[in-house]
Parts: sequence; structure tokens; C-alpha cells
Amino acid sequence: MSVVVVLIGASLLVASGFLIAYLWAVKSGQYDDKYTPSVRILFENQKTEFKNKKANDLNKKMEKENRKEEEKKNIHSNS
Amino acid sequence: MTVYQILNESNLCDYYAIDQTPGVSRKHHIKRNYDFLNDSDLKHKLIDFTNGEKTTITFEIPQMHCSSCIWILENLYKLDDGIVSSKVNFLQKKIYLQFLENKTSLRKIVELLDSIGYEPQLNLDEKNEEKSKSEYKKLYYKIGVAGFCFGNIMLLSFPEYLSVSLSEQENLKHLFAYINIVLALPVFFFSSSDYFISAWKGLKKKIVNIDVPIALGISVLFLRSLVEIIFLHGAGYLDSLSGLIFFLLAGKLFQNKTYDTLNFERNYKSYFPIAVTIRKDCRETTIPVEKLAVGNRLIIRNNELIPADAVLIKGEANIDYGFVTGESIPVHLKNGEMIYAGGKQIGSAVEVETVKDVSQSYLTQLWNNKAFHEERESRITSLANTISKHFTFAVTAIAVAAGLYWLPNYNTAFNAFTAVLIIACPCALALSTPFTLGNALRIFGRNKFYLKNTHAIEKLASVEMIVFDKTGTITENGAAHVQFVGSDLSHEDKMLIKSAARNSSHPLSRAVFNFLDTVEIKNPDYYDEQTGGGIHAVIENRDVKIGSAGFVGHNRSNSGNNLTTQVYVSIDNDFKGFFSITNKYRQGLEDVISGLERDYELALLSGDNEGEKEKLKKYFAQNNELYFRQSPHDKLKFVQEHQRLGKKIMMIGDGLNDAGALKQSDIGISISDDTNNFSPACDGILDSVSFHRIKDFIAFSRTSKKIIIASFILSFIYNLIGLNFAFQGLLSPLIAAILMPISSISVVLFTTAATNIIAKQRGLI
Repeated sequence: MSVVVVLIGASLLVASGFLIAYLWAVKSGQYDDKYTPSVRILFENQKTEFKNKKANDLNKKMEKENRKEEEKKNIHSNS
Repeated sequence: MTVYQILNESNLCDYYAIDQTPGVSRKHHIKRNYDFLNDSDLKHKLIDFTNGEKTTITFEIPQMHCSSCIWILENLYKLDDGIVSSKVNFLQKKIYLQFLENKTSLRKIVELLDSIGYEPQLNLDEKNEEKSKSEYKKLYYKIGVAGFCFGNIMLLSFPEYLSVSLSEQENLKHLFAYINIVLALPVFFFSSSDYFISAWKGLKKKIVNIDVPIALGISVLFLRSLVEIIFLHGAGYLDSLSGLIFFLLAGKLFQNKTYDTLNFERNYKSYFPIAVTIRKDCRETTIPVEKLAVGNRLIIRNNELIPADAVLIKGEANIDYGFVTGESIPVHLKNGEMIYAGGKQIGSAVEVETVKDVSQSYLTQLWNNKAFHEERESRITSLANTISKHFTFAVTAIAVAAGLYWLPNYNTAFNAFTAVLIIACPCALALSTPFTLGNALRIFGRNKFYLKNTHAIEKLASVEMIVFDKTGTITENGAAHVQFVGSDLSHEDKMLIKSAARNSSHPLSRAVFNFLDTVEIKNPDYYDEQTGGGIHAVIENRDVKIGSAGFVGHNRSNSGNNLTTQVYVSIDNDFKGFFSITNKYRQGLEDVISGLERDYELALLSGDNEGEKEKLKKYFAQNNELYFRQSPHDKLKFVQEHQRLGKKIMMIGDGLNDAGALKQSDIGISISDDTNNFSPACDGILDSVSFHRIKDFIAFSRTSKKIIIASFILSFIYNLIGLNFAFQGLLSPLIAAILMPISSISVVLFTTAATNIIAKQRGLI
């Protein structure tokens, strides 16, 4: 019967993988705009991909800095 | 440079191939001055974030309308090297831009956008939107977690449902039960936290809202499950708990339908310019409107708005107070006369001197009224909260009674007491409201009636008195009813008048031009238009004058009623008569008024003169109150006074002049010809094409309320069945796991089906 225990563990692991994927999708803003991507996918353009990748990296960097800034602000306002 | 030239240079002509009608016609393009964007204070208020090198900014671009727009705006980096990326959110009509400070500037980007026809809307008042967005995200997280736990707990409860009871599987069952506890923890502490917070807030204010019995039910479910699993080696009700919370959150999500492109919170700042041109030491500079002080000399160009009450110093002022009063015919002013904030200059540039601060001006003072600052406790409590008050007391009483009944037997007493609280947890009660009203909100949206939230539907259902604004609300914007009074015009006369009127952009000239039905038009040999006077033209040696009585040389005293707007005509100094121009009422006004009259008290508040009083009296019944020459403050006061008499008031208005009354009323509806356009802070926006259906909307909101009551009865029946088990102390986890989802789902199905069927019967779908 112990095989059931292993299976349950495995199933929970897989399921939590999907949960994490979902939470990440929400966090990264995939649910913010449910229309534009459907149009964007139809544009043919080679160069934008590269650009977008660069932009995404930049985005992340900026977000981090943004957060730091906000934290600083919060600390200031609290004190 | 034309838009085509700009795009062609950067090989962006695909723009014209993607969609049928790309771009917006820019016939009336005026080169705007964006000097003020160099002001660093202002810039910091507009941008989202900067680290000195890279800056992110969000613009609102109302002109966005097709896939070509998305394409061109996302390819902006090809037009300006400094732009790192641009991303469009089409539904919100927003663009997120990142640019490098050393290669380009905010001003350059705005100028670029303007030059290709996507002028961004610059205002400082939309920063609070981010907050609601993160709340929305939180709900998604909570549903995700609850759904995940719900599914897994159900799976692990299966042995219990099948009541497998082999001795070797007993251990496995306990293991499953403990895993269930672990899975239920995030549901209890994270997903359901809103209910506890809301219940606590309600109790602090001594209000028993719907979340109180829910929070009570959830906690009892959780605690009893813990007790059963840990001490009694039972199965607990964790599957019911997580399922319940999952359904409740799903209901919340369904209720939270939002209209991304609409904004219900706007105030005057959204319409006023963010920068103005002032003359200082003989030089023109632009400063942010916030820095505008009393005594500044402003330069107001064609189509610019006056941001503060001012006195005219130089130039010919022709002020359109359309924003303030809804009246589209400009007012002519002379030097030294007051111009009120919100007026728009039409014609050549003028110089004015401010006499009041922006926030202290005649119109903007309205926003200092406490109606805009106090979070008013709505006078209309939602149906669910009203019922839950009695419900909670009744349930607690029954639970105590059940406990007392079994009392010497502590075990059964505890079982019965908790079981009553669990089974009576008003999940169906809490679900029926969001699903019914959420669906009604969608049905209204399909009929171009956009409400801010579901609470507005309940407010709509309890309306007793409806107050209309006149201009722009019951009259059509821009459309005029023209009538000629005087000697009959010959065919040639008509041609002459129409030809003369053609060259003027004055609204009255346009009205006359559209009224005359001749096709033939000749070019005038001489043409002169005097602001505030009229048109003087010579066509085929005939001398044509159109304009005010004084201008055409007519003694106006014998022309009778002077309350309508009149345009006088003389040809070769021979007075022909005048065009009487009145507003055109919206189609179906008569039906709307007569339909509403029977059930509601009606009133009309107009900023205009009494010119149309007699005409309006035909529409409204004797006992209805019609008031004219009402200032924005008067309108607010009117609503306040009637509220003091205990009436629930709905205000229907359109312009900034109604903003106070819209805010003060129990439900404020703003009517608009183009819902993307300006509308003041309100509870709902009604597209003018659906104006004639107002009565149906109110009726449907009342029906929705009845549907909720019916579903309450349905859920009470389930509760009674459940209570039957509970009172006997026989509520097994299996019965709970079957009864609770069935009651929830059947209530959801009932409300959705009922609203849809009734909407179809009434032609709303």
C-alpha cells in the first residue's frame, strides 16, 4: 500500500508545480490584458522579438529597482 | 510633415495594410506647444519610474481604435532611437513606454505621438488606479490557491466518500486527513482572509453584514474538522470548507466585472490642461497649472480651456461654456469682463489675468464640497446585509437550542451545535447576490449601460425620484431644432443665406446651414464675420447680413419671445425674419417621461434660461418640479434637500455642471454620446442610444432583486434539510460534502438562468 503514499506525494508535487505556474502567470501580468496579445501575435516582424527580449530584461531590472525605491520610501514614511 | 511621410521614412507603411481604417483624420490639427514637459516637477508626476538613464511612463491614448494602432505604437522604437520598448494595452487604451534619457526626452516622445495622430492624454489624476489592480490580482491568487487545495482535498477524501474500511487502510486514511489539514491551512488563512476582515470591520461598526455568518461558518468548519481529525480520528469537513471558499471567491470574481476603458472617478482635473502659457516679463513661458497663481497673465489660444476664473485683458473672447453648462453657443465677452474656469476660447488668442486660484474658481469650488470628500455610508444597504442580520441571530439561536437539547450528552451536544453553524453557513445566500447582480451588470453592459459595480444595481432598484439635467441629457448634443419666423424665403434667398453661413464655424451658422434645404451654393465676393455679431457677405451683388438683431439693424423688441436663440436675417437691408433655434430633444423623450411618471417623482434642473419651460411642461406632469438657471451648486443643494426628506434620488446628467449632483445623489448616471469621452464621477455611464430604455433598466434592477429573494428562499429550503440532519447530530462529512455544493451550484444556476430568461423576455439580450 505504500506505493499509494508515493503516488500521492508525486501527484501533489505535480499539482503544486501547476499552482506555481499559475501564480507566476498572474504575477507577471498575463491576466492584466486579455485582448492585446491576441492581436499582437498576428503581426509579422522579425526584429521585434529581439527587441522585446531586451525590453523584458530591462523591465525586470527596472521593476527590481522600482521595488527597492518603494521600500525606501515606505521606510521613510514610517519613520 | 504628413503621417504618411513620417511612417514611410522608417519603412512602417505596413500600418496601412493591417486594418481597414487605420489612423484618425487630422483635419483640425493644431500644433501644440509641449514646452511644459521640460518642467522637472511636472515630469516626475507624469512618469512611473526613472533611474536617471531609463524612464518608464504610461500614457493614455484615447485615439487607439484598431489593430494598426497597436502595431504602430509597438513599433515606436523605429521612429525614435531613444525608445527601448513600447507595449500597448488595447482595452485600457494605454501604452507603456521605456526610453533612454540621454537619447530622447519626454517632450520629444509626446511630440512624436502627437505628430502621428496619437496625442496622449496628459493628466495627473489617474495614479490611484494601480491599487485596484493589485486587489484584483490578489483575488486571482486566492482563487488559484483555493482551487488547488479544493481539488486535492476532494481527491484525498475519496476513500471516505466510498466508505472503504479495511483495517490496513485506516492508517492511510489518517495520513490523508493530515495532508488535508496541511492543504486547508492556506485556504483558511489566505484565501478566506477577506471574509474575516470584512466581518470584523462590520462588527466594529456594530453591523452584522453577510460576511459575519460566513466567517462564523468557516471557522466552525475548520475547528471542528481539526478536532475530529486530531482527537477522534474522523475525516473532518475540509473538503466542504475549501469547496465553499472556492465557490465564494468565484462569485466575487464574477461580480467584479469592470469596464476597462471607462473611468467613473474623474474630476475636473482630467479635463483641465496640465500646463498653461503665461506671459512673464514680456516673454511667453509654459508652467504647470498647479503653479498658477492669482495675478498671472495667461495666453489662451483657440480651443484652449481657461483653468481659473480670470478677467479678459486683451483680445476678442468668444467663450464656449459647453463643459460647464452644456450650452454650445459661445458667449462674446469684452475687455474687463469675467471669464469663468472651464470655458473654452474659440477664435484668436486672448490674454487674461487670473483672479482666483484653480481650486477656488466658480466651477472647481464644487469639488471642495464635502460630498466629494466624505466616504459617505451608502443610505441603501444591500439586501444580503439586511437579511444576514436576522439570519445570523436566528442561526445562533438554533445552534444554542440544539446544543441545549442534547446537553447531558456533551459529545452529541457539541456535534449538533457545530453542525447547525456549519450547515447554516449562508454560502448560497452569499453566492446568489454576486451571480444575479454580476449577470445583470453584463446584461446592462450589452445594452450600453455601464454601471460601476453591482452595488449600483441595488441602488438603482430603490430609486424613488429621478432628477434630469436638461442640456445634453434630455436634449441632443449639437443637434438643433430650427424654425424660420418671418416672410417666406424665396429659393434665391435661401441660397444666399446658406452660402453666407457656409464659411462660418459658429454653431448657430452650422445650424442654419444644415436647416436650409437648397443645394446650390455660391462663393461670396465679400465676407466678414464679427465675433459676437454676425456675418456680413456680398453674394452676386446682394448684401446679406445674418446675426444678432443689432447686427442686422433690427429692433428686436417687436419680435416677441426673446428667450429662444434667434438669428436675424436681412438681405439688401430688407429685414426678412429670424431663425428661432432651440435644442432638439432626444428621441423617445416623451415615452421615457410618461413611462417614468407613473412610478417615480421627476424633476428637471437646467442651467439654461426659461426659454423652453412651456415646451418642457408638455412633457412633464403638473406636479413635477422644473427649475431653470441652476448653478452647479444649486443642483447639488436640490439633491441634498430632497434627500433630507428621505427620498432616494437618481440623478441623470452629463457635464461638469452636474458633477456635484451626480456625486451627492444616491445613484448618479452620466449620459454620453461617446462613452470614451469625458464623463464626471458617477455610478454609471449610459450611452445616449439607450436613453429610451431607462425605464427598462430600472425595472430590470428591481426584478434582479426579486430573483435574489427567490434564490434566498431556495437556499433556505436546503438549509432546512441540512438543519434536520444537524439538529439530530447526524451531519456526516459525506452529507455535508454533497449538500453544500449542490445548494451552491443550484443557486448559481437558478439565478443565472432566471436573469437571462427575463432579460430575453424584455428584449434586453
